[in-house]
Amino acid sequence: MPDFITPYLIATLVKTAVLAGALMTTLAYLQWIERKVIAHVQVRMGPSRVGPHGLMQPLADVIKLITKEGVIPADVNVFFYVLAPFLAVFMSLISISVIPFGPPVTVFGYTTNLSLADPNVGILFVLAISSMGVYGVALAGWSSNNKYSLLGGLRSSAQMISYELPMSLAIAAPLLMAGSLSLREIVNSQGGYSFGVLPKWAIFSGPFPQFFSFIIFMISAFAETNRVPFDLPEAENELVAGFHTEYSSMKFASFFMSEYSNMVTICCITTVLFLGGWHPLWPAALGSNFVAPALFALAGALCFLHGLNPARPLDRFTLPVFGLVFFGLAGVFLVPIVVTMFMPVFWFVAKTGFLLFVFIWIRATLPRFRYDQLMSFAWKFLFPVALLNLLLTALMVSLVQ
Amino acid sequence: MEIFFFLLFAIVALACALNVVLQKHPISSALSLVGVMVSLAVLYLMLGAEFIAMAQVVVYAGAVMVLFIFVIMLLNAGAETRKGGSITAQVLGIPALLAFFAALVFLITTYYPGLSPVKFGDFTGGGAREIGMKLFSSYLLPFEVTSVLILIAIVGAIVLARKELD
Repeated sequence: MPDFITPYLIATLVKTAVLAGALMTTLAYLQWIERKVIAHVQVRMGPSRVGPHGLMQPLADVIKLITKEGVIPADVNVFFYVLAPFLAVFMSLISISVIPFGPPVTVFGYTTNLSLADPNVGILFVLAISSMGVYGVALAGWSSNNKYSLLGGLRSSAQMISYELPMSLAIAAPLLMAGSLSLREIVNSQGGYSFGVLPKWAIFSGPFPQFFSFIIFMISAFAETNRVPFDLPEAENELVAGFHTEYSSMKFASFFMSEYSNMVTICCITTVLFLGGWHPLWPAALGSNFVAPALFALAGALCFLHGLNPARPLDRFTLPVFGLVFFGLAGVFLVPIVVTMFMPVFWFVAKTGFLLFVFIWIRATLPRFRYDQLMSFAWKFLFPVALLNLLLTALMVSLVQ
Repeated sequence: MEIFFFLLFAIVALACALNVVLQKHPISSALSLVGVMVSLAVLYLMLGAEFIAMAQVVVYAGAVMVLFIFVIMLLNAGAETRKGGSITAQVLGIPALLAFFAALVFLITTYYPGLSPVKFGDFTGGGAREIGMKLFSSYLLPFEVTSVLILIAIVGAIVLARKELD
């Protein structure tokens, strides 16, 4: 074996492959989940034709988008027109690499962190990458040679610059309590329980609970990812489709991919900063390790129940299969070695998944802002409140020390 | 390994810097400048100044250059036409540049003979904590003066913008 093949290299390659595969699957199925959730909020069925319950819909969409003709309109600036979707996807995928998903694990005698990288300026890296993300959108709008695209791109840049300020201030407050910029250190500082049950997550504990900064961060996150109610860059009643009006085929799909990927990243960051990362909601001594098997068993039981009273003929066969899968997962999460290695990951994924659900839920609930309201909300309300919260946190932290 | 990455990003930085001047369209120039700043950030990172590297990307590449590009798009500035330039500049430009660099190298080697080349990985005081301590102890006055300067610039911008109304 050549000596450059070290355990470190192999571990990193494996982790990269697993993370990339998981992220891509999540991105594909997030769209299915979003369509299903919104459909059920609006008392519709949602996608249901391709595969059982429309589960093959993401695959069908991907095949459709890849095989579609990629039109490059006349009089666009071709270099920047092609570069923009690349930039958008690159900037949205790369920041997942610093997210810590769990404590160090030991596999075959080799101990490794459950994250690709742990720079000691991790949170700044995320901020830097997210501030570069605006180039993709702005360039797409400008290079398309279309006034609606240009307006969408300009709106997006202005909105992202404005909301970066309250977001950075909201991030700074929990950093003061954690005393570190490394994401892993931030999660470690939130371990433990006050009074034996209440977790020491940033939103619950410390000298000044970071509840307000959590809300401010979530609002800014909606604006940074261009989601409803801040999706003015793609307001279809005003701007056709905004910055991606002139895009087709995979280039169009890249913008969607970057939007969903940004959502995943920002939910992971929220989990790390405010919700204690991989630390469970209550101590393992009180049985938090049994949440995962219980949830999976419940899902399996539900599947069997609905399989016995099928709403559609096919459900008689598909739902028991899903039920068996869920029961299998419940069994897997009872194995001791899986519990020690993957229970933190389960909690991380559960929290992130809940936040993603909140994103979708809000999309199904709230109407869009008007542009001047969006700007005055950021500068006249969110920014001062974030500043006040930061000052109060700094005061409390210094009083406690 | 370090020398490879140093050469890679140094070359990218220089190529982007040349591109800033050579491109005809303002957007292309501005984006090349972003390339320069990001490459410089990577070089800072390799020298052990993590905080400066990230601040470089956040402030310059992420905020200042986005505003540049924002303004260029808003004004819808088109490609510039290339003027001939003066004969003196064309003839003497490159020789003068070389002479300037030669003089610079000569002066540095004469007056600071003890300087040794930078080694990657030697410097470890580039974290946020160290920089914060320095900023609020040794360099407090320049720091505060700079913030007053920025405040003056903001007030000036508001005064200039308000004049348009009446």
